[in-house]
Amino acid sequence: MSGIARYGTYLPYYRLQRTAIGAGKGERAVASYDEDSTSMAVEAGREALAGANQIDTLIFTTLSPAYAEKLNAATVGSALDLSGSLRSIELGASSRMGLSALLLGADIAASGDQVLVCAADVSVGAPGGSRETTGGDGAAAFVRGSDDDAIAKLVGRASATAELLDTYRVPSDRFPKQWEERFGADIMAPVIQDVATRALKAAGTEPTELKAVILDGANPRALAGLPRALGLKPEQLADNLAADVGRIGTAHAGLLLARALDTASAGDRILVVSAADGCDAAIFEVTSRIAEGRPARSVDHWRGSKSNELPYNTYLKWRGVLPFEPPRRPDPDRPGAPPSHRHLRWKMGFVGSRCNACGAVHLPPQRTCVACGAVDELKDEPMSSVDCKVATFTLDHLAYSLQPPVVAAVIDFDGGGRCPCELTDVDPADVEIGLELEMSFRNLFTVQGVHNYFWKARPRR
Amino acid sequence: MASNGICDRVAIVGMGCTPFGEHWDKGADDLLIDACNDAFSSAQIDKDQIDAFWLGTIGSGISGITLSEPLKLKNKPVTRLENMCATGSESMRNAAYAVASGAYDLVMATGVEKLKDSGYSGLVGSAPVGDGTESSMTAPATFSLLAPAYAKKYGVEEAQLKDVLSRIAWKNHVNGARNPKAQFRKEVPIEKIKNSPRVAGMFGIFDCSGVSDGSAAAILCRAEDAHKYTDKPIFIKALAFTSGDAEGYYSQDYDYTTFTEVVQSSQEAYKQAGITNPREEVSMAEVHDCFTATELVLMEDMGFSPRGTAWKDALDGRFDGDGPQPVNPDGGLKSFGHPIGASGLRMMYEMWLQLRGEAGERQIKDPKIGLTHNLGGAPGRCVSFVSLVGV
Repeated sequence: MSGIARYGTYLPYYRLQRTAIGAGKGERAVASYDEDSTSMAVEAGREALAGANQIDTLIFTTLSPAYAEKLNAATVGSALDLSGSLRSIELGASSRMGLSALLLGADIAASGDQVLVCAADVSVGAPGGSRETTGGDGAAAFVRGSDDDAIAKLVGRASATAELLDTYRVPSDRFPKQWEERFGADIMAPVIQDVATRALKAAGTEPTELKAVILDGANPRALAGLPRALGLKPEQLADNLAADVGRIGTAHAGLLLARALDTASAGDRILVVSAADGCDAAIFEVTSRIAEGRPARSVDHWRGSKSNELPYNTYLKWRGVLPFEPPRRPDPDRPGAPPSHRHLRWKMGFVGSRCNACGAVHLPPQRTCVACGAVDELKDEPMSSVDCKVATFTLDHLAYSLQPPVVAAVIDFDGGGRCPCELTDVDPADVEIGLELEMSFRNLFTVQGVHNYFWKARPRR
Repeated sequence: MASNGICDRVAIVGMGCTPFGEHWDKGADDLLIDACNDAFSSAQIDKDQIDAFWLGTIGSGISGITLSEPLKLKNKPVTRLENMCATGSESMRNAAYAVASGAYDLVMATGVEKLKDSGYSGLVGSAPVGDGTESSMTAPATFSLLAPAYAKKYGVEEAQLKDVLSRIAWKNHVNGARNPKAQFRKEVPIEKIKNSPRVAGMFGIFDCSGVSDGSAAAILCRAEDAHKYTDKPIFIKALAFTSGDAEGYYSQDYDYTTFTEVVQSSQEAYKQAGITNPREEVSMAEVHDCFTATELVLMEDMGFSPRGTAWKDALDGRFDGDGPQPVNPDGGLKSFGHPIGASGLRMMYEMWLQLRGEAGERQIKDPKIGLTHNLGGAPGRCVSFVSLVGV
């Protein structure tokens, strides 16, 4: 058997208030213009790994892949600075694949691998539709390992697959479509009940024994009857965060499971149901190690760390839905594949170099030490988790950006090292010399079909 | 000894300069022809008498053919070079060394830039294919880092520093208004400068140099031959150049209130020319005022003002056209404009006019030693050129 050893989540900084769309109350989480499913998976993965990177297999799942062809999991793995002998798997096409990936991770971990499972999505819907209003953006990640390390053990599971037209999208379409909701609900409801019942039976658990029940699905109506069918009490049902986050595609079941783990106690049993194109259900039992596997930042911490003043037209611009007047500046240059490859650990992993002779840190890595002149005496120095602060900064109204002005800063790292760096997730009015920052993996821009991933700094969240 | 110098061994015997501005009707080739013909006339020579040519341009053409084709030069060596915004000075520096060495007797340094064909705001460069991790900061953004750092280090209120920067721009516009070849030939009220739309940090549009087209050229020979071509040659006293190791980009010690490359290159130039007190001995200077804060910091880096006091000198009018040490009497990059490859030679063109007493209503009284300073890059990572010239 295998269990969850660690986990981490990520919610982007921005929220779009539904009143801004003219669609009811509450707000949804919104990935910034420089984020995508890959970059958010990296953020959740960093939370889950907390500096450890002994991972044998990486599973990445998303409905909103940054590249339709080219392994996004490889980008996630390199940004997490995982080893080159990494096995990687990428899943998509159904929001259920988030929980499916977690179960697949359990199977692979049972053979002795350390497995990192990352799910992330940017949920984009047609303006005025329900996906736009009820969707959310974010990521969740789990490290699966042996039972000995488990903070939560998988004690029961069941699955079913259903072929039907409920939520669907052909690759050339921008937005998903949904058949009449009542149809999917009627077909799926018995499937979901059957899967949940089988999972409970496999775990030898009565519904009343469940501490928390997480119900996630592409068709909410299909899940509506399950609590009554299982005889669940309202207090057993986990908040699905519809009010202030929205449903985050493949990452949602994981996000809600993480939130349950944030407050769980040893012995708690948690049922997770994820329904789309069929259903997966899993029952986890929390162990006494739970406190050791929790990330630095809980789901509720991310929920509270936000700016919810995003104008709707800015949101539409960020998602590429709304055309806009470009700056009177040339497009940025496409990064070249060979130089990007030569500098892979720098570009993707934010690995600089430190001089063996004098200790000076160089960002980017150099062959000649700028302080003492030593040549080829510099060793790789991972910097992505090193705290940093603003040495000096400016607001660049001229530079190309989807959110002008660019907040450009020179940042100094604790223990040495400096580099010029763009700030993100920041209100220009809040920037001052000495502002404490942390690094965040971002897509700087996309030109000619190439995503230019690199690192920015953000105020500590 | 970092360099031996060629003090008083090389003379400038002819110069030309086009008006700078938006030359919608002229290409780089037209501008080069105009500047070169101007220079040939001033030295009263024919192009065939020149033994070798240098052409500085950052992006308006590659190879010597950019010059030899429009001028129809027959069987002449033309070196095309680039050193960021110091390109024009670099053209002259290399030409000067060529005559000093004896390899040639009469040479020409040219520079040109055609910036206004791009359709974009500000400067547009093309970088080699990279890994996409290079800083995206624009030129005004990188130089704007100087202002808050300077204010903090010397305890100047930011509002007061804004007044200082605005006065520098105001002064350079006053000078440009008296220069028939300048891009901007109007005095600008200081309040309008202060309230211009923000570009980066404390910089508004009026803190930035003009983006323009233009060309300039100089004819050089060894000092002993100078009077063959003109009664009033000017002589090179010093040429210094520093290409930085970018330490400011890597080291937390760099504080954005200085250009170490400028300190090094100006000290080198003073040594070559035997100048020990630049504040008193340099009569006038054309410096690289790409942005107002650059000019402020340069005054201290070049020893015109003690550290932390240039802002007071600027407010006191020390560097005004009629002040004790005029800086950018021709309007500078600010109002003469900044066609990159031409700018270093344009600075020398002002020295040429001033030292010969031909600067018209902006003529400085009896100048002895003039300085030109040309910078390329950004604070922490730049190239710097300094020359001294005199009669």
